[in-house]
Amino acid sequence: MGSPEFPVIAALDALTGALFLLTALGVVATRQVLASLQLFILQSLLLSTSAFLLGIATRSIHLFAVAGITIATKTLLIPWLLRYTVSDEVYRTREVGRVLNIPISLLLSAVLVVVAYAVTNPILNAVEVPFARINLPLGLAAIFLGAFTVAVRREAVPQLLGLLAVENGVFFAGVAIVPNLPVIAELAAAVDVPVVALVAGLLTRQIHRRLGTTSVGHLSALREH
Amino acid sequence: MQLAAILIIPAIASCFSLLPLGRRFAAPITVITSAIVLVLAISAAANAMRGPFSAAADLLTCDALGALVLVLVALVGFTAALYSWGYIATGGRHSLPDVQRYYSLYNLFLLSMLAVPLLANVALMWIAVELTTLLSAFLVGYEDTPEALEAAWKYVVLTTLGAVLALLGFLILYWGSRTAGLAPFTWVGLVDAAPHMPPALLWPAFLLILVGFGTKVGLVPMHTWLPDAHSQAPASICALLSGVETTTVLYVVLRLFPVVSGAPGLDARPWFIGFGLLSVGVATLLLIYVRDFKRMFAFSTVEHMGIILVAAGLGGAEAHLGAAYQMTGHALAKSFCFFAAGLMATALGTQEIASVRGLIRSSPIAALALVAGGFAIAGAPPFAIFVSELVIVKAGLTSGQFAVIGLLTLFVVVAFCAVMYHVNSMVFGTPATDKPGSKVTMAVVPRSCKATLALAAVPLLAVGLYVPQPLQELLRAAAAAMGG
Repeated sequence: MGSPEFPVIAALDALTGALFLLTALGVVATRQVLASLQLFILQSLLLSTSAFLLGIATRSIHLFAVAGITIATKTLLIPWLLRYTVSDEVYRTREVGRVLNIPISLLLSAVLVVVAYAVTNPILNAVEVPFARINLPLGLAAIFLGAFTVAVRREAVPQLLGLLAVENGVFFAGVAIVPNLPVIAELAAAVDVPVVALVAGLLTRQIHRRLGTTSVGHLSALREH
Repeated sequence: MQLAAILIIPAIASCFSLLPLGRRFAAPITVITSAIVLVLAISAAANAMRGPFSAAADLLTCDALGALVLVLVALVGFTAALYSWGYIATGGRHSLPDVQRYYSLYNLFLLSMLAVPLLANVALMWIAVELTTLLSAFLVGYEDTPEALEAAWKYVVLTTLGAVLALLGFLILYWGSRTAGLAPFTWVGLVDAAPHMPPALLWPAFLLILVGFGTKVGLVPMHTWLPDAHSQAPASICALLSGVETTTVLYVVLRLFPVVSGAPGLDARPWFIGFGLLSVGVATLLLIYVRDFKRMFAFSTVEHMGIILVAAGLGGAEAHLGAAYQMTGHALAKSFCFFAAGLMATALGTQEIASVRGLIRSSPIAALALVAGGFAIAGAPPFAIFVSELVIVKAGLTSGQFAVIGLLTLFVVVAFCAVMYHVNSMVFGTPATDKPGSKVTMAVVPRSCKATLALAAVPLLAVGLYVPQPLQELLRAAAAAMGG
């Protein structure tokens, strides 16, 4: 596992990765919108922890920037925007509308995690990069679980959180595989995130104002038949 | 300088559009600036034919394939701006700040699409693609109806999800190019680095980008957002979304072809042909059952994207020439169709095919435009898509890929009949008896919209009948840039 030169950091990164995966599973399993949001904040904190640890190990200033940007946007700005733009009753609701029930969702999630490990194995055998063995499969698992959340959730905010979880997964893998990508791209990509939240948050509010609910699942005006 | 100006001018126009100088200020500014951008884009294309060139400290670059996309975006950007002038002003329900915001976003949206073929750095190009979604989302929801908002929501969530998957693909590509040596992260650098990249990296990167950006192109089965967004946006925005935004993202996917072809043991062709044929086939089925004429044009876009992808997958200079020609024909014909559809929807107050009958008697102009547009997108002579499809079929037969060409021809013919059936019933059908004498007046149609239709019809007809020498050279050079 990980890099032999940094046994402590590798162990810490593995622990972070395990917790990262748990939060991704939590977003799939949770019933409440508010709990989803809190899990997303936790997941983003874990992403920045991993970026920070890998920044120490690879001596890459870019990764510290990623960690800083993630904390600023995903744990502070976006949660604040979501609380500010979406009305409180959305967060008060206990039950979140969903397509599949929780046991089946978790079973499918477990399959997705196994698939993530299976498909990344050939890549990791081809190229030896420190920490990629921990971060790449876990990042991909978070991507799968996030995409799965988007597919099964009917409400706007949980869908959006699923989308942001996919983005977290991409960067969780990214900090391990391209630690030296010049910061400009990451910075701009990270600047992207609040804009996404703003656009989507505003849309959420507009849909809410128009229809009195943020459930996009039973908006079925646009169907073929 | 020229390339930098292409990006700076829309940015300035966007700022000017926000100046509080009345309802009639932003529209002419946008028309004038987009005309200037078109002229600059054509002169950039003329330069690019003599070989790729860079500008602004190598941040921007332009080769023949990029130049083709650049000219198409600039052309539709100009005609759609002219169309907006009358179309948005007659909306009436919108306040002055709404109109100002429309033009400001319109210019920024145009800017982001122009940036995609120009940015040399692939990571920056990804950001430009992502910006096209963000900037057009509010334009899709401009009508502020529940349907428009739902369409905009689906559009943002699904295409951003796709773009984020593609981002992982690009990160893996960067990883691979680092493994191969210190090649710059540009398309040229990637083509050079590809033979030295481990195939285990290049392969997943290719698939992630194909599926991720394929969502934004509208490839089946990731196309579900496209008919909604392309039917709910204002007609001027539909022309941009359907006519060139899809092509701009498809251009990025096509850029991968020479990269993947350079790697030993990898072949992108079956994937291009597979996704392409699936898109053409499913779009054909949907075209038969479609009930809304704007959705019909949207499904036709899915079909055309599939045809271009199949052509790219067939390989060889002739098939790639067909792909480049089809991109041109699609941009011209599809924008024209949405301009016509906008006129019809304004005049008739409906988008339902079944409630439009006997258009030839009530409104000859709209009927003529619909027939011309329908022939053009379905691929009838003398329009460009007929010629490009013929080139593609001929290239496929010459290289002996009979099964692919057989299926493609079958789908294209069925789609042709479906489009013609709907157009025929709308134009020549007998009006329903329960609505006698539902006289349509085209008096409500603004002059700028009619002018746009007339203007857009010129290149639409011209390119089908005769391809001028410079355009022919540009298409050949663009085909060469797609790789062998």
